[in-house]
Amino acid sequence: MKKYTDTGKKDTRSGFGAGLTALGKSNENVVALCADLTGSLKMDAFKENHPERFFQVGIAEANMMGMAAGMTIGGKIPFTGTFANFSTGRVYDQIRQSIAYSGKNVKICASHAGVTLGEDGATHQILEDIGLMKMLPGMTVINTCDYNQTKAATLAIAEHDGPVYLRFGRPKVANFTQEDGTFEIGKAVHLQEGSDVTLIATGHLVWEALQAAEQLHGEGISAEVLNIHTIKPLDDASIIAAAKKTGCVVTAEEHNYLGGLGESVARVLALQHPTPQEFVATDDTFGESGTPDELMDKYGLNAEAIVKAAKKAIARK
Amino acid sequence: MADIKKLEALVVQVRRDILRQVHRVNSGHPGGSLGCAEFFVALYQEMMARKDGFSMDGIGEDLFFLSNGHISPVFYSVLARSGYFPVDELNTFRHINSRLQGHPTTHEGLPGIRVASGSLGQGISVAIGAAETKKLNNDNHLIYTLCGDGELQEGQNWEAIMYAAANQIDNLIVTIDLNGQQIDGSTENVLPMGNLAGKFSAFGWDVLSIENGNDMAAVLEGLKEAKSRTGNKTPVCVLLHTVMGNGVDFMMHTHAWHGKAPNDEQLESALAQNPETLGDY
Repeated sequence: MKKYTDTGKKDTRSGFGAGLTALGKSNENVVALCADLTGSLKMDAFKENHPERFFQVGIAEANMMGMAAGMTIGGKIPFTGTFANFSTGRVYDQIRQSIAYSGKNVKICASHAGVTLGEDGATHQILEDIGLMKMLPGMTVINTCDYNQTKAATLAIAEHDGPVYLRFGRPKVANFTQEDGTFEIGKAVHLQEGSDVTLIATGHLVWEALQAAEQLHGEGISAEVLNIHTIKPLDDASIIAAAKKTGCVVTAEEHNYLGGLGESVARVLALQHPTPQEFVATDDTFGESGTPDELMDKYGLNAEAIVKAAKKAIARK
Repeated sequence: MADIKKLEALVVQVRRDILRQVHRVNSGHPGGSLGCAEFFVALYQEMMARKDGFSMDGIGEDLFFLSNGHISPVFYSVLARSGYFPVDELNTFRHINSRLQGHPTTHEGLPGIRVASGSLGQGISVAIGAAETKKLNNDNHLIYTLCGDGELQEGQNWEAIMYAAANQIDNLIVTIDLNGQQIDGSTENVLPMGNLAGKFSAFGWDVLSIENGNDMAAVLEGLKEAKSRTGNKTPVCVLLHTVMGNGVDFMMHTHAWHGKAPNDEQLESALAQNPETLGDY
């Protein structure tokens, strides 16, 4: 088994901030818009370095999305910043018409996704955003797993021509992917080779999947681990190859099972290689207040839940 | 000096285009389109600094965004007659496989369109974004946009209106088509918006009115006045008083023709009131 080391817990939103800071220096067409959450989104450095390219729109997300669409006309690459809830559900029609249908090169950068937002509770913990965004034609949907990967993804989406939804979070989590690694949109990352079951995870659940694989290894079960940072376009080929090899899969995500990564994987498998699949995801529910760890445990979004699901999937082979 | 007679002749032809587009497919929005014919002709023929051809980025030229996308028939007619695409293509309005969708879109690649609109209330925000980019690019050209009056019931507008004044977006002229009508009736009956001039002023905009928005000379004079007020650290709002269905007696002063096509007989009567000037497509 490959060993992955946590180099020190960091929040993925800080990875976004670091990426945006670097982009500010390397790409003068990058502009940033924020709806009164500059500190929470870690956009302070960009604002400090490039005040003329930073646009504080106030608590007015609909206007922010429309402005971002308009700013692309003339060659700018707008990055919008607010919480995932206010980046999607609140502004769905603005994104749909002015950005997605209009084919605008806007990067919707969404922090505090999922239950790990914590104590603020369900009003702020969106578990439906991946589904909302992946349903929009032409929208690229990315959910990164750690600080390093979020930074790399931020840099990569600036080079991609078209609308992108980049989802990340608030809590400090294990930072284990390569520093300054490459980020290929739409390409799964093979973290572990295995033969009995494939664990397909996104976002904060990727580290949990690695922990689960270790635990399973201890019990004599060989688990393959795929890090799916890009939910759309999905890396069909890697998923099918893995399913053919191991014969069953577990998907894991901090999102409702309806509309999430799991459903995207299920569609690919149903069409091309029907395979037993178990879902680690929230069960069509809202979140609640609590610490991130408490919530991940309560909603069954951890290594233990993945191990259990893996055994179930294997039994269904 | 603008040749008013020539522009008025084009307006009559645009009215015919609107009526014939909507009649042919038995759907679309003639009322608001007819009311804004003078505005569109004045804008594209006299006001806007435009380059030949079409580029999405529109660098070095004035840009226009239509927020109330349902008045696409007037937009398409004036775009075609201003050289953006063949006038014959108006025949395809709302048909399958057409670039002339029910509501304007960039999705089918129609030259002249820079953003999709139809779901209301989004145009001012997009226009502000484009205006900010003009400033970043040191591009000294203007952004124009048109909104319906009923459309101002959408909250996003007021986010945008607040932003534009606070951020001194002074390369922007927002025109409001004040025809006083919306789908369910008059704006006064559906949701009165009170003193719009006062509201824009209170938000920090420079507001002017064109009392007769269906008089070409008055529209031109008002738009030129609006243009002269740009560059003064304040966004400019034009309240354009128009008559819905203008130029067709049975369509005027009512919301009934907001989204309804004339039948054969009605078309004949409407066209008879607007004799061909530049030639039908």
